Amino acid sequence: MITKEYLILAPEGMHARPATAMVKLAKQFQTVVQLKKGEKKIKLNSLLNILSLGIKGGEAVVLEFEGADEAAAAGAFDTFFANNLKDW
Amino acid sequence: MTGIGVSSGIAIGRAFWLRPRTARVSGIVLADAATVEAEKGKYRAAVSSSMAELEVMMTKRRSDEASILEVQVELLQDPAWEEEVLRRIGEELMPARDAVLLTMEQFAGMFENMDDDYLRARAADVKDMGWRLFQRLAGFPAGRQLPDGEGWIVLAEDLSPSDTMGLDGSRVAGFVTQAGGKTSHAAIVARIRSLPAVAGVGKALASIVDGDDLVMDGEAGTVLVNPSATLVAQYRRKQEKHWQRQEQLRSLKDREAVTREGTRVHLQANIATAEDMEQALDFGAEGVGLLRTELLFINRDSLPTEEEQFLFYKNVLLRSAGRPVTIRTLDIGGDKPLPYLGLPREENPFLGYRAIRICLDRTDLFLTQIRAILRASVFGSARMMFPMISSVEELRAAKAVVAEARSGLAAEGVAFSTGIPVGVMIEIPSAALTADLLAKEADFFSIGTNDLCQYTLAVDRMNEKIASLYDPFHPAVLRLIRMVIEEGGRAGIPVGMCGEMAGDVRATELLVGMGLREFSMVAPSIPAIKEIIIRL
Repeated sequence: MITKEYLILAPEGMHARPATAMVKLAKQFQTVVQLKKGEKKIKLNSLLNILSLGIKGGEAVVLEFEGADEAAAAGAFDTFFANNLKDW
Repeated sequence: MTGIGVSSGIAIGRAFWLRPRTARVSGIVLADAATVEAEKGKYRAAVSSSMAELEVMMTKRRSDEASILEVQVELLQDPAWEEEVLRRIGEELMPARDAVLLTMEQFAGMFENMDDDYLRARAADVKDMGWRLFQRLAGFPAGRQLPDGEGWIVLAEDLSPSDTMGLDGSRVAGFVTQAGGKTSHAAIVARIRSLPAVAGVGKALASIVDGDDLVMDGEAGTVLVNPSATLVAQYRRKQEKHWQRQEQLRSLKDREAVTREGTRVHLQANIATAEDMEQALDFGAEGVGLLRTELLFINRDSLPTEEEQFLFYKNVLLRSAGRPVTIRTLDIGGDKPLPYLGLPREENPFLGYRAIRICLDRTDLFLTQIRAILRASVFGSARMMFPMISSVEELRAAKAVVAEARSGLAAEGVAFSTGIPVGVMIEIPSAALTADLLAKEADFFSIGTNDLCQYTLAVDRMNEKIASLYDPFHPAVLRLIRMVIEEGGRAGIPVGMCGEMAGDVRATELLVGMGLREFSMVAPSIPAIKEIIIRL
């Protein structure tokens, strides 16, 4: 399993559009991606679940990758967080 | 009545209510496993046809509107949603239409109870999807149409994406909603289409009936019902003005600020967030003359890490697309206390322990910020600026920390930009009076007129009783400004201004005459200043 921490930089927090993009990205891998904020943990396949966490700007989230292609998935999310900042 | 102005502009038109849809649960109980399967099948069919409908809508929309619909497509496939609908059909033996209706209420209710404005507004997305499915399952006619004619001001409790986009845009003059705020769909779509919108009017809106004559101001948030002819005429003039202003903004945006004699002046923006960068570019800013970094430090309970700061600066620099960005190091004091720093309350916070004085005392936090700035500077054209410098010694001490940060990063093999200019904000009279000495060791000056004025005239700019004494045109202030510009010129370093005076139309001609070539201000002031310069 790979665990990574990311910081949400958008002042308004996790919006529907970036959350949608994350769900789409997770779907491209067989790896199960889970998102943790504090005590709560959800599968990264549901936009409603992501939004229900109410992630705010400046908060950190932890992603957990587990599966055959976990390294590739983790790499893709690194790139996602590095390159998609502009849309946040 | 008044709400929140969420998209500027004036609309004069007639009211049209977009009524909320209502439906009742049928209460039918499914008889057997076969009907359960049949209802699940109906549900899946409704999902696929809704997706197809959205795909078609998306191809006809601009990309910014289409991306709102993309969220709808994703919601339709959401496992949490689907699981709940199928559970209600399979376990509670409900027909698909009831299951959708109740699941919609459940998720919309969850969002409506959240404490964040943005997330509360997401209830509209869930309802939009729910109604889309319900209409197919219950066989209701889809969509609600505007009456014939133009100039409709659409009133609603709240508006969903399909409501706002489904209406014939050319016949809508504006939107007014009872609920919502700046992040609601009506607001976003209205801004994209340059239509005025007012949100959050509340219950009062219910007193308006279809066909009432309305005047709305999307900036002030006012809505006037059946106004007198004089008022309408007054707003028509305001509307004309607004349109002219928009037109002027567009025409000036890409024009260079050059006087008739050919003097080139650079107009930049003062910003505090990465989002501000976009607005700045919309108004034609050629860069950022002042990036405030205080937002990184306030409303939290510990210092931001180097990584956090690095990502913020990087984000701003990436959005600036190579334009210069002047990053001001932390400018905070007893007036904006940071609990985790343990700053004591002071009698005279503006003359106290603040800005560079804190940074030179707490070099740990200063070093962290400088390292973050140096690392981020590889992503654009950054400049670093120290606030509240009052002497050459302070500048040297601050530069020593920069040198320390550089050698540390170099030793660690971390990428950073080596040539980043390091400048001084001139906002204390002692700095202005020793500008010749500072100019030998600074790469640029930026005049902060707000503090320079209050320190020179001994006038607290927050104290309303002496507001008339706060005069940036006082000869003492003007002499200091001229001195700084001249000394900068003599030493061959650029001199800018980032105080309010830079965006004051009364000062522009004078400042250009004094030799100022860089003006930084709130972005919406740029076109007016540019207009003055090109006529000089």
